[in-house]
Amino acid sequence: MTERVLRVEALSTRFPGSDGPVAVVEDVSFEIERGEVLALVGESGCGKSMTAFSLLRLVPRPGRIAARRIEICGRDVLSLPVPEMRQVRGRDAAMIFQEPMTSLNPVQTAGAQVVEAIRLHERLDAGAARRRTVELFDRVGIPDPTARFDAYPHQLSGGMKQRVMIAMALSSHPKLLIADEPTTALDVTIQAQILDLLRELQRESGTSILLITHDLGIVNELADRVAVMYAARLVEEGRREAILGDARHPYTQGLLRSIPGRGRRGEPLAEIPGVVPAPEEWPPGCRFTGRCGRALDGCATTRPEETRFADGHVVRCHVVAREAVR
Amino acid sequence: MSEPLLRVEGLRTWFPIRRGLLQRTVGHVRAVDDVSFQVPVGGTLALVGESGCGKTTVGLSLLRLVRPQAGHAWFDGEDLLALPPEAIRERRRQIQIVFQDPMASLDPRLRIRDAVAEGMHAFGIGENDSERTERVAALLSRVQLDPDAMWRYPHEFSGGQRQRVCIARALAVEPRLVVCDESVSALDVSIQAQILNLLSELQEERGLSYLFITHDLSVVRYLADRVAVMYLGQIVEEGETERVFAQPAHPYTEGLLAAIPSIDPAARRLRPRVRGDVPSPSDPPAGCRFHTRCGEVFERCTREAPRFYAVHDGGARCFLRETPDGATAGSVEDGAAR
Repeated sequence: MTERVLRVEALSTRFPGSDGPVAVVEDVSFEIERGEVLALVGESGCGKSMTAFSLLRLVPRPGRIAARRIEICGRDVLSLPVPEMRQVRGRDAAMIFQEPMTSLNPVQTAGAQVVEAIRLHERLDAGAARRRTVELFDRVGIPDPTARFDAYPHQLSGGMKQRVMIAMALSSHPKLLIADEPTTALDVTIQAQILDLLRELQRESGTSILLITHDLGIVNELADRVAVMYAARLVEEGRREAILGDARHPYTQGLLRSIPGRGRRGEPLAEIPGVVPAPEEWPPGCRFTGRCGRALDGCATTRPEETRFADGHVVRCHVVAREAVR
Repeated sequence: MSEPLLRVEGLRTWFPIRRGLLQRTVGHVRAVDDVSFQVPVGGTLALVGESGCGKTTVGLSLLRLVRPQAGHAWFDGEDLLALPPEAIRERRRQIQIVFQDPMASLDPRLRIRDAVAEGMHAFGIGENDSERTERVAALLSRVQLDPDAMWRYPHEFSGGQRQRVCIARALAVEPRLVVCDESVSALDVSIQAQILNLLSELQEERGLSYLFITHDLSVVRYLADRVAVMYLGQIVEEGETERVFAQPAHPYTEGLLAAIPSIDPAARRLRPRVRGDVPSPSDPPAGCRFHTRCGEVFERCTREAPRFYAVHDGGARCFLRETPDGATAGSVEDGAAR
C-alpha cells in the first residue's frame, strides 16, 4: 500500500465577518502520497495559502479551523498538543514562502538561522550543526557556502535567500514540503534555477511537496497531480496531464486559455469575464456561475456534486455532470 | 519607414552613490547606459528585462521624473530632454504613464471622478466641472466600468478595476504615448487578459502608441510590434516581436525565453539557461556585461564590449552576431536612426 504523507478531509477555515463567519476555505479534501507533488492552484484570494496555513495550524487569529481529519505522516494534527505540533512543523512538514526577505531574520546571519532550525529538532553540537549547514548550502547550489554561512540576508540576492529558505526547510529531512508561491517574487531566470533545484531535490530525497501557486506553467514543471481552487472550494482535481491537457471545469479551461504567449499579435486573448465575487456575494450553488459562459438554470442555487472520470480526475460542475450522464 | 513618434538616442541615466560626511560621490549606479530605441506611431515597443535592469528608469527619464545625464528623446521633432520646464508640461500631457500598483498610484481619499478629472482640470480640458464629469462617465464606460463608480473610492475596487481607473485617468488628457510600466504584472491571469485586450482595443481606436515596460516576455508577444531586451542598463537585443521569439539573437534573450514555463503537458522541459545572479549595476562586469552568466562566453567577451550588430531587422549586442565582412549596425545610435 502506498504511504500517505498528508490526508485532509473536509477542511473549512472560517473568519468572523459582519454577517457571521465566512469560510475562506470550505470543505476541502485531498491527499498526498509519499514522493508525490500536488499543486494547489488558484488566483489571489481563493484560499490556497490559507489551506496551507491550516494544515500546520498557523492560521492567524481570529480564524478557526474545522475538519473531519488532518493527518501529517499519520499524526492527527487537530488533536496534537502545542509542543508536539511544534515538532510536526519543521520535522514532518516544512514550509517555504513567497517572500524570502520577510521570512529571514535580518539581524542574524543566514547560517545561524539554519543552525537554529537544525538544533530545534536534533541534538547536535554547534560545530556539527555548522558543518551540516554548509553541506546544505552546497546542496542547494549556494556558491562558496562557507563564506555565505556568515552573510546577513541583505547581503544575499532574492534567489540566494530562497535557497537559504530551502536549505532550512530541508535541514530536518521533512516528509512533506509545503511551498507557497516559492518563485513568485523572483526573476524568470532565477525562477528557472529554483524550479530546477526543487525538482532535483525532490527526486533525490523523495520528499512530497504541496505546491501552492497561481502559475499553471510552474504546475506543469513540478506537479504530479493538480487541485484547482476557486472562491474557497476545490473545483477540479486530477493528474497533471489531465488538468493541463483535458481540463473539464469551465474555470480551469478559462484559466488555461487566458494565459498569454500562445496567441499572436492582433488576436484577442480569451478572458474570463467579470471578477471573483466577494464572499458576501457567493451564490449558494456553484460560485463560478456569474462568470461562466456555460451556466445553466440550477447552477447558482445547488452546489455541484463530484463527477468522477478515469485516473482520479474529479470535477465539480453541473454542466459537466449533465454531459457525463448523457 | 515613417518617422517614429518617439526616438530615443544614447540615453544615459546614472545615479550617484554618495558616502561619508561630505557626501562625496564615490561611484555611480549605471541604471541606464547608452540606450536607444524608437516607438512607432500607433505601435508598441516592449522594453523587457529583469529587476534592476533599468527599464523603469528609462520611462521615468523620458518624462523627466529623473534627470538623465546624456542623450536625446525626440518626440514629434522636439527633444524631450532639452525642453525648458514650461514646455515639458504640455509634453507630459501627451505622454501618460500607467504603473504596476494601482493602489499606490490612486489617492485613497480622492473619489474616482476626481482622480480621473484631475488631469483634465490641470490641463484645462473641458469647459466646466459638469462637462468634465460627463467626460469621466464616458471614459469609465469605455474602460468597462459602471459610470456610477465615479462616486466611489479606490479601496472599493478590485486590482483589475483600479487598473481600469488608472487607464481612464491616463486617457482623460488625450495622450499620444502611454508608458505602461508593469501595468498588468500584479494582476491574476484571467484579469490580466481583460486588461491586455482593453489596451489593445484602445490602441486601435485612438491610434495610441505604447512603450510597454515589463519583465514578462509572454505578455509581450501578444501586444508588441517590436521588442527591446534590456540587461544591466543596456539594450542587448532589439527586433520585430515574432522574429525575437522565433530566433533570438542574444544568449540572454534565449535564456529569458527558455525560462518561461510551458503549459503544454507534453512539453515539460524547463532548463535554466542563465547561470548565477545579476551583477551590481554600480560595478558592471568588464567586456560584455552578460558574460558572467552566459552559456556561450569566450575569452574576448571578458575583455571587450560588443557593439550592437545588425541582425535581420534589428540587432544584438553579442560577438556571435558579428558578421565576417564587418557590416555591423555600428553604434546603437545608427541602429535606431534606421
